[in-house]
Amino acid sequence: MSKNAIIAGLAAFVIAALFPFWFNLGGTDAAPEPELSAKAKAAGKCVLDKYDMRANHMSLLDEWRDAVVRDADRKYDAANGKQFQMSLSTGEDSCLGCHEDKEKFCDKCHTYASVDPYCWECHTTPKEINQ
Amino acid sequence: MKKSRRSFLKAAGVSALGIGVAPAIQAVASSGSTPAALAAKTKHPEALTAHRWGMVIDTSKITDEVAENIVHACRKAHNVPDLNHEPDPEKYPKTRPVNHNQEVKWIWEEHFESAFPDKEDEFLAERFKELPFLVTCNHCKNAPCVQACPTQATFKREDGIVLMDFHRCIGCRFCMAACPFGSRSFNFRDPRPFIEEINPDFPTRSKGVVEKCNLCAERLAKGLQPACADVSEGAIVVGDLEDPNSEVRELLNEKYSIRRKQELGTEPSVYYIM
Repeated sequence: MSKNAIIAGLAAFVIAALFPFWFNLGGTDAAPEPELSAKAKAAGKCVLDKYDMRANHMSLLDEWRDAVVRDADRKYDAANGKQFQMSLSTGEDSCLGCHEDKEKFCDKCHTYASVDPYCWECHTTPKEINQ
Repeated sequence: MKKSRRSFLKAAGVSALGIGVAPAIQAVASSGSTPAALAAKTKHPEALTAHRWGMVIDTSKITDEVAENIVHACRKAHNVPDLNHEPDPEKYPKTRPVNHNQEVKWIWEEHFESAFPDKEDEFLAERFKELPFLVTCNHCKNAPCVQACPTQATFKREDGIVLMDFHRCIGCRFCMAACPFGSRSFNFRDPRPFIEEINPDFPTRSKGVVEKCNLCAERLAKGLQPACADVSEGAIVVGDLEDPNSEVRELLNEKYSIRRKQELGTEPSVYYIM
């Protein structure tokens, strides 16, 4: 008797529970690619290789910050043989020294992924200073 | 299949050993090959180091002009905001009017009776009453701010510098209450609009963070003297207090010096030659 009602209820529940999946079907944009500056392209190698960097740059920055502030170590000899200044925004061989355009490099993915790191409340970008 | 008790125990023993040893072998095998383990974090070879950094200020060499240059150089080097600076309305259109009594201080001028309240005297030499005394963070040996900080944002580095990790400061201001020298300032608002000219070599701070003198840790790491010592025309000398042959120790050996509020036992590392 109540079979139909139960089945209808179940169907409604399944549809509602799967709402996030079917709602986003086909409607999403492709993930953006960060744009490399000419300088970064010319350098060829970053601190870690591309995929490691993509996945782990936040923990690398965290490690760097502790090394610089707590231990006064500022030079990073990467496993790939290159040397870096352990700094996000100051100097030629810092992150921003190579990836000059924060909007095209950092913000592209961060905005897409709704990540809002507060690095830039304190760290400055050359663009911002010269504007 | 039948198994004797002896062969069962043997097999059990070997497998227990295997289970115990495998993680250790794996750890040894993998530790050499990860990129993070191959990378090295070191100091630049030109970095200046010390067992305990200290500062000697020769009060006879500090004129109004020198003092002003020093304060200005420090502000510029560290993007210290000046709340009296009129913000650029184009760049920061929404800046609220400012309370001009607010200050952010790293190194600043003080009168003798404020810098050394315990040494004030009715018959003190007249010249001391007019002289500008430069005061800053004393990088105390027993720093009370370090003990007060609940997040270890303020800490004592191995070389004696009392340093702040601005990332970690939660703005509780316990350190400001603990510091007997008033060497710490709180950012009640975003300091950026009040920085005349932003120096790209040092970050600014954000709202809700305490700041203070860092003895130019970022310059020492590059092999440079602190900015104040650089422009002081010999009035400020920074060096290793634990090294008997250092310039600061020689100066302290030659002349009579005092420290601020010595009776509190914080052991300041900033000496004033009188």
